[in-house]
Amino acid sequence: MIINHPLLGPRDAAEFVYLGDASLIDRPDWQAEDAQEQFYAYGYLRDNPAGKMQELWYHEQGDRSWLVVTRDTITHEITQVELARDVARERGRDK
Amino acid sequence: MSRIEGGLIDRSQTFRFTFNGKPMQGHAGDTLASALIANGQKLVGRSFKYHRPRGIFTAGSEEPNALVELRGGAHQEPNTRATVTELFDGLSAKSQNHRGPLEYDLMAMTDFAAPFLSAGFYYKTFMWPKAFWEKVYEPAIRASAGLGRLSMQEDPDIYDKGFLHCDLLVIGAGPAGLQAALTAGRAGARVILADEDFLPGGRLNAETLEVDGMAGHAWAAQAVAELSAMGNVRMMTRTTVYGAYDHGVYGALERCTDHLASSDGKPRQILWRLYSKRAVLAAGATERPIAFGNNDRPGVMMAGAVRSYVNRFGAAPGKRIAVFTNNDDGWRTAKDLHDNGLEVAAVIDSRDRSPLLDIPGARYIRGAGVRDTAGRKGISRITLTDDQMVDIDCMAVSGGWNPNVHLTCHQRGRPRWRDDLCAFVPGGTLPAGMVVAGAANGALTLAAALAEGAAQAEAQLKDLGITPAAATLPRAEDEPGEAAAFWHVKESAKRAWVDLQNDVTVKDIKLANQEGFRSVELLKRYTTMGMATDQGKTSNIAGLAILAEQAGKTIPEVGTTIFRPPYTPVPIGALGGRARGRDFRPYRLTPSHEWAKANGATFVEVGNWLRAQWYARPGEKGWRDSVDREVEMTRGSVGICDVTTLGKIDVQGRDAAAFLNKVYANGFAKLAVGKVRYGLMLREDGIAYDDGTTARLSENHYVMTTTTANAVLVFRRLEFARQCLWPNMDVHLISTTDGWAQFAVAGPNARNLLRKVVDEGFDLSNEAFPFMACGEVRVCGGTPARLFRISFSGELAYEIAVPARYGNSMMGVLMEAGKEYDAVPYGTEALGVMRIEKGHAAGNELNGQTTAHNLGMGRMVSQTKECIGNVLSQRPEMIRDDAIKLMGFKPVDPAKKLIAGSHFIASGNKATMANDEGWMTSVAYSPSLGHSIGLGFIKSGDTRKGEIVRAVSPVHGVEMDVEICSAHFIDPEGERLRV
Repeated sequence: MIINHPLLGPRDAAEFVYLGDASLIDRPDWQAEDAQEQFYAYGYLRDNPAGKMQELWYHEQGDRSWLVVTRDTITHEITQVELARDVARERGRDK
Repeated sequence: MSRIEGGLIDRSQTFRFTFNGKPMQGHAGDTLASALIANGQKLVGRSFKYHRPRGIFTAGSEEPNALVELRGGAHQEPNTRATVTELFDGLSAKSQNHRGPLEYDLMAMTDFAAPFLSAGFYYKTFMWPKAFWEKVYEPAIRASAGLGRLSMQEDPDIYDKGFLHCDLLVIGAGPAGLQAALTAGRAGARVILADEDFLPGGRLNAETLEVDGMAGHAWAAQAVAELSAMGNVRMMTRTTVYGAYDHGVYGALERCTDHLASSDGKPRQILWRLYSKRAVLAAGATERPIAFGNNDRPGVMMAGAVRSYVNRFGAAPGKRIAVFTNNDDGWRTAKDLHDNGLEVAAVIDSRDRSPLLDIPGARYIRGAGVRDTAGRKGISRITLTDDQMVDIDCMAVSGGWNPNVHLTCHQRGRPRWRDDLCAFVPGGTLPAGMVVAGAANGALTLAAALAEGAAQAEAQLKDLGITPAAATLPRAEDEPGEAAAFWHVKESAKRAWVDLQNDVTVKDIKLANQEGFRSVELLKRYTTMGMATDQGKTSNIAGLAILAEQAGKTIPEVGTTIFRPPYTPVPIGALGGRARGRDFRPYRLTPSHEWAKANGATFVEVGNWLRAQWYARPGEKGWRDSVDREVEMTRGSVGICDVTTLGKIDVQGRDAAAFLNKVYANGFAKLAVGKVRYGLMLREDGIAYDDGTTARLSENHYVMTTTTANAVLVFRRLEFARQCLWPNMDVHLISTTDGWAQFAVAGPNARNLLRKVVDEGFDLSNEAFPFMACGEVRVCGGTPARLFRISFSGELAYEIAVPARYGNSMMGVLMEAGKEYDAVPYGTEALGVMRIEKGHAAGNELNGQTTAHNLGMGRMVSQTKECIGNVLSQRPEMIRDDAIKLMGFKPVDPAKKLIAGSHFIASGNKATMANDEGWMTSVAYSPSLGHSIGLGFIKSGDTRKGEIVRAVSPVHGVEMDVEICSAHFIDPEGERLRV
């Protein structure tokens, strides 16, 4: 597979380490009433979509960027690659 | 000899070779198969299941029969297809799968047992008794299974891997591929043209067809010359593109030296990863047989292959040949044979039609078939459906051509049936960027192949924004190619083979259908049709057709099995490349490696690292002598250990403190400048993950250490936390594990030793630089260094770090300065003994299943801040009072040796799983205490000090009484650390 790195251009997937669903960015509030339930869902529950999925890839053999890659799990077509930091900010990660 | 005039072989070069030890001769440009045919060798092997005599069946990579062992000694290579083996001088080949000589195979008796060896024989027969499965059946089946033999020696050849990029990858250098490559090459695109053959041209080399008024092979040679002269085209012969992967990536195997007597130190094969923007698949087509009784005798061959041997190799597979066809193309074989002066005894066309061509001297039988053959080790007679008999020595069979759609299926492509061709053509969603041209796309005539090659390349170029040069197509004709659906001769009473490689007959397919294996995927697995080296290239469609017939369905209703990579076999050696033996994974050497080597160290692999395990001295009888001495001398005076392998991560930024406070479970917000703190990391699920120390060198500058094993993983995780969880923090990370050489200096004389090394003006006194202090210093007259007063051994200890390039000399300097204190270097074993004596957890205890609560550090996990893992660490099951706790253990009989992995059973209980209370994680002989000691987890351990339990190791058959005690065997109050 080829991942079109937003800063470095097309790179072979072998340079990356895969983590999984980009929902891992959405870490729950530790002070919420139901923090344990939320963290349980965050840690253990995943959607398994047939189709577009946002996932986290780490450019370990490169610039160490974490990327959010939008990939079709059926065709492996990659339609969007973003810096995870930008996505996290857009999703309102505060600190 | 069966050599005839003509062909593309170089008769000026004669190669000597042997087959089963018999000397033979061939020429440059021969394959082993063509040379065997030229030498009149018809019988070349025995079949897989029935040990039937078999001959050469095809002239290409689809060959099911002619598998041989090549070369000898460590270079021996089994299951090599003679049809794609290029002949060289000195080649030695042997036939396979027989006991005794090839002509008198002792295993041929299995053929007489054939009525019992139907599909599913193994599943049905070797069912009972169960006790026989492993002891009787498996050894017996294994002894008779398989074809070639491995050398059982290490492969002496070198294999390499390579990477190439192109605009357009053209797969196959037949007419369509050459025309596609010419179109793209002339337009200036970066082109790779790959072909599995050593002579590009595809069928042009095997036919008498003309292109642009010249012989087809001459036109191909001219095209190859033009392409080779282009700087933007890379022509790769002997290269099979075996797989289509995501995003335009293709796998290819180049056989660099297989055609030479010796690799001569060069890579034998190269596994290429081809990155293409677009691809044209021009893989051609494969001819398929017709099944009829005893159609597997040597001398029965594909008609197109017979034509190849005659036209390309000047080798005649027979002197009196019959052609059996269901299509127009078969007639060309008859014509080419006749034109080469060979006798065509008969042309049998399954279609009731008038003769397509005039073949003088040949009997023409229309609307008929062959129902049986005779001839013990080679065909000698055929019997037709009208009971006529014809004496022959070679039978050319043509059942039509199958487009080579394989690579179109490697992702989501699903072949589509075309009734007019009686064949599957590419269908469904092809791999992104791929188009198909020529015979592979169902364009089975020469003119159509050339036109489609050009058109598909042009379309791809336009897609890439490259303007094709104006060109006229080379002139060629559309040869007749009408075909009829005719798969097997129903009148055959004898076994009719569908898959020669796996000995699958029409009867087996019928049986599978009767027994309910009606899906094509089940048929394949039940009968093994289409498996092994040829992957059913010649057999699959006939098999499907017969299944469809039996099930009363059409072929498209039955469907086809899906092709997966590789197209043809790829040796494991090529997939491994250079990564084998010692080069499988490189060592990382510690900075003091040279010093350690020169001073008698025994090394041990720790992850990728090679670390000193102990330093033996003369007279020491075993490793224990050395390790005990290293511990005693360190605790008695001072010892030095290279601890560079621990991960080091530089953390800087205005929010560094806040960041560390989030990634460690214990508090880090208030660590003072010049201080070090122990830190525990949890996984988000609350399990203990890693531990280490972090030093605050200045306001916004920290240095974290991790365990050796987790150095890479912790760094990855910190980057995740920094970029994904807290993206607005001002914090920056860099791994400095390799940047700094770090040494532990431990023992009562550690300070005295360091005073001699650290430059004047730096106060090392206990008051000025107490336990858990850190600072930047200079050593040896100005060399920058970092000093940490931390201890893993439990002694007064420091770790001193210098830039890695000074590491080896620093080790020497420390040892020299330590001479007056009798300083010793110590290795990982002594390090381990001292940490067990001190009760420090390491990898055995932080095993991915244990929590801070288990480790006795539950109270360290802060509940008043946000940090990774603290929420889920408080799940009720994880903080039970009766959870396992890390404790010390000592044998009641001090002479006994504890065993790591022993399980704890309360005294008086039976040693059963239900009574299991925990396990021993680490053990060592403690030279300080004079007996064996251990660490381990046991239920409610913290309330059971002094209790005697049994440590049971069923694996060793050993059990003993042990006493639960504090994990801190040495200096439990930590006084030594603070002096």
